[in-house]
Amino acid sequence: MLVEIQNLNIMFPSQHGLSHAVRGVSITLGQEKLGIVGESGSGKSISARAILRLLPPAARVTADTLRFDGIDILSATERQMRAIRGRRAGLILQDPKYSLNPIMTAGAQIAEAWRNQTKGSKKAAREAALDLLAQVQIRDPKRVADAYPHELSGGMGQRVMIAMMLAPDPELLIADEPTSALDATVQAEILRLLEDLVSRRGMGLILISHDLPLVSHFCDRVAVMYAGRVVEELGAGELLQAKHPYTRGLLECLPTLSHPKLRLPVMARDPAWLA
Amino acid sequence: MSGVTDRAWLLSDAPASRAQAAWGRRYRLWCDFRANPLAMSGLIIALLLILAAAFAPLLATHDPSTQDLVNRLGTPSPAHWLGTDELGRDVYSRLLYGGRVTLGMVLAVVILVAPLGLAVGCIAGYFGGWADRLLMRATDIFLAFPRLILALAFVAAIKPGVSSAVFAIALTAWPPYARLARAETLTIRNADFIAAVRLTGASPWRIVLRHVAPLCLGSLIVRVTLDMSSIILTAAALGFLGMGAQPPSPEWGAMIASARRFFLEQWWVPLIPGIAIFIASLAFNLLGDGLRDVLDPKQR
Amino acid sequence: MISVQDLRVKFGPVEAVRGVTFAVGEGSSFGIVGESGSGKSTVLRALSGLNPDWTGRMTIAGTALTPKRSRDFFRRVQMVFQDPYGSLHPRQTVDRALSEPLLVHGMSDIDRRIRQALSEVALPAAARFRYPHQLSGGQRQRVAIARALMSEPEVLLLDEPTSALDVSVQAEVLNLLADLQDRRKLTYVMVSHNLAVIAHLCPMIGVMQAGEMVEMISAEDLRAGRTQHPHTTDLRRLSAELEEA
Repeated sequence: MLVEIQNLNIMFPSQHGLSHAVRGVSITLGQEKLGIVGESGSGKSISARAILRLLPPAARVTADTLRFDGIDILSATERQMRAIRGRRAGLILQDPKYSLNPIMTAGAQIAEAWRNQTKGSKKAAREAALDLLAQVQIRDPKRVADAYPHELSGGMGQRVMIAMMLAPDPELLIADEPTSALDATVQAEILRLLEDLVSRRGMGLILISHDLPLVSHFCDRVAVMYAGRVVEELGAGELLQAKHPYTRGLLECLPTLSHPKLRLPVMARDPAWLA
Repeated sequence: MSGVTDRAWLLSDAPASRAQAAWGRRYRLWCDFRANPLAMSGLIIALLLILAAAFAPLLATHDPSTQDLVNRLGTPSPAHWLGTDELGRDVYSRLLYGGRVTLGMVLAVVILVAPLGLAVGCIAGYFGGWADRLLMRATDIFLAFPRLILALAFVAAIKPGVSSAVFAIALTAWPPYARLARAETLTIRNADFIAAVRLTGASPWRIVLRHVAPLCLGSLIVRVTLDMSSIILTAAALGFLGMGAQPPSPEWGAMIASARRFFLEQWWVPLIPGIAIFIASLAFNLLGDGLRDVLDPKQR
Repeated sequence: MISVQDLRVKFGPVEAVRGVTFAVGEGSSFGIVGESGSGKSTVLRALSGLNPDWTGRMTIAGTALTPKRSRDFFRRVQMVFQDPYGSLHPRQTVDRALSEPLLVHGMSDIDRRIRQALSEVALPAAARFRYPHQLSGGQRQRVAIARALMSEPEVLLLDEPTSALDVSVQAEVLNLLADLQDRRKLTYVMVSHNLAVIAHLCPMIGVMQAGEMVEMISAEDLRAGRTQHPHTTDLRRLSAELEEA
């Protein structure tokens, strides 16, 4: 079991007391692809970041179990966390414009990520960077390696980000809305790339998104979150048999090319879901 | 803010009028500000200084210009709380009246420069083109003048005095506000909400006045408050050089200048106005920092 | 109602829009779909009057458009922007934002019109004096739509109006837009990168790629797969793939 989460609760102090952002979330992950789907504010990003302990200091995290590969995250020292973050588990963010260092070339950033894990000369790091860029299917690794992030398109930037995260050969990859800022064609390529890399390297993948059809297409299992809770967990192919009204609502309110609807069904939010 | 009902009205989720919404917003900002102890101390000290200056006639124990040469350079005593200066005048009373002069100068400068800088910056930033170039070159020219030296030159040309000092300081104090306003305007100019207003067919002047300028006010207020401390120092420096308020006016800088030769023995006479300048400057600095934490759009 | 012929827009040396031609009938909706960089938003901005550097011919309701637009134009043609977080003035209440078009056009009866607008976009009266940061994304977009409707326009230009919204909120806003079109007989030109969303609202769709309109296709034909240009086929395939859940 790569990731074991039981009864995770995350609270933030706010003007009106404590706001309960994540309530009793339980997730397990092996060497598979799990998708976490929810709207903004559902707590999906925070839940995943809790694994890497990447939450603001004001956050209060409690859980019965919060383990990464057997290591208890809640009681781990900062040193142990540093050995995990970026080395054994990577995080890919939404917009490479903001997640890549704007004043370093792409190649330099990947090389630095590589050298964090493996001791090697600058030359070896550069070679590794070029190799990684080729692995993320960039046709001209040399040109991209010497380019700055603002000179790269969104899709390229994401590939660079993926290369950076894969440099230390991690066991877990968390992708937080990695394709929300990308066009449909590029989106499909990036996700296929992730899928391919993850299965070849035997990694676990947590894909966070607001797009249920997208996630179910690329993941093995899907967890649907609403208002801080996991309301349903199902296999990716079982979406049509979803039981929870929220999941069904999410599926039905999407406009589709194949089934035109005159009026899109609107989700009636049952306050019982918040309980 | 007394009473639960007032607070509830201010923090209401569904304000019933623009006034209620605006006051609610100000109240929330005030609550944020209040949580910062340094900022509050800056505010309190600044308020005390302003009140002391305003009520100087009531608070002073003596007439600031009454000389008493027999009692010159007296130590602090029940009769003269902070002692007497080299002409026997009560230091405490002079301090209070001097506060009026100093703070009055600062206020005058701020009233002159802030609106001017805001207008120049917003117009330059929004209209761009030759208006921008012209206004920014004018700004650069005034920015290039060293403040104190310009003040000296000014005062040498016209007669020394409070108004020349105010004018001289104002001439060099406005460019930073213009730059600040311009920078903010450039950021705002391309926002969708400005595009939306343009699409109503509003005139550019309306857009600048009603939509762009209000957004620059936050940083402007912060900058003004922070600048107050340096204006106090400049006014005091001018006073010290004899170029600002003229004797017998009890301006703090002038008080230090006339008493500086007594620094070693009757140290309180030059030191006390110096401490007053320091406290005033510090108070406005703390206040400005606190305001920035609360008003700065990047942090909101 | 709207006719665009050979529209060209240049940004410096780069031609972002290269000779786009289309027409929209009164009360109908035309969708422009394409990826980022295809020039679709640029077309909309040129139509709206935000960008005066264009060449070609554009007419709305028979009147030819010039780079500088009259106030009457702005009354009849309005735009809804993509980002609900950026399209409302952060320091103005909803009430103030909605009254601005009325003030500029000198329309009276401001209070009644605002109340009517709020109910038309299904916003609670409690939201009237809130600031944008106190509203959700969906609510902000409703305010943006209400604002666009204040001057009683005939044409609404929609720049990715639901791209930044959650899926469930998107459904509500799309329904709202359909209702409004029915009720007020509006003409829509809508831009999006999402094929399903465009096909839902627009019977006629223009596909843009690299500044050119490579295909004009009806929503029916698109759904049935009768696409002609390879780019359209690609886009349709990607969208359809995701739908086979």
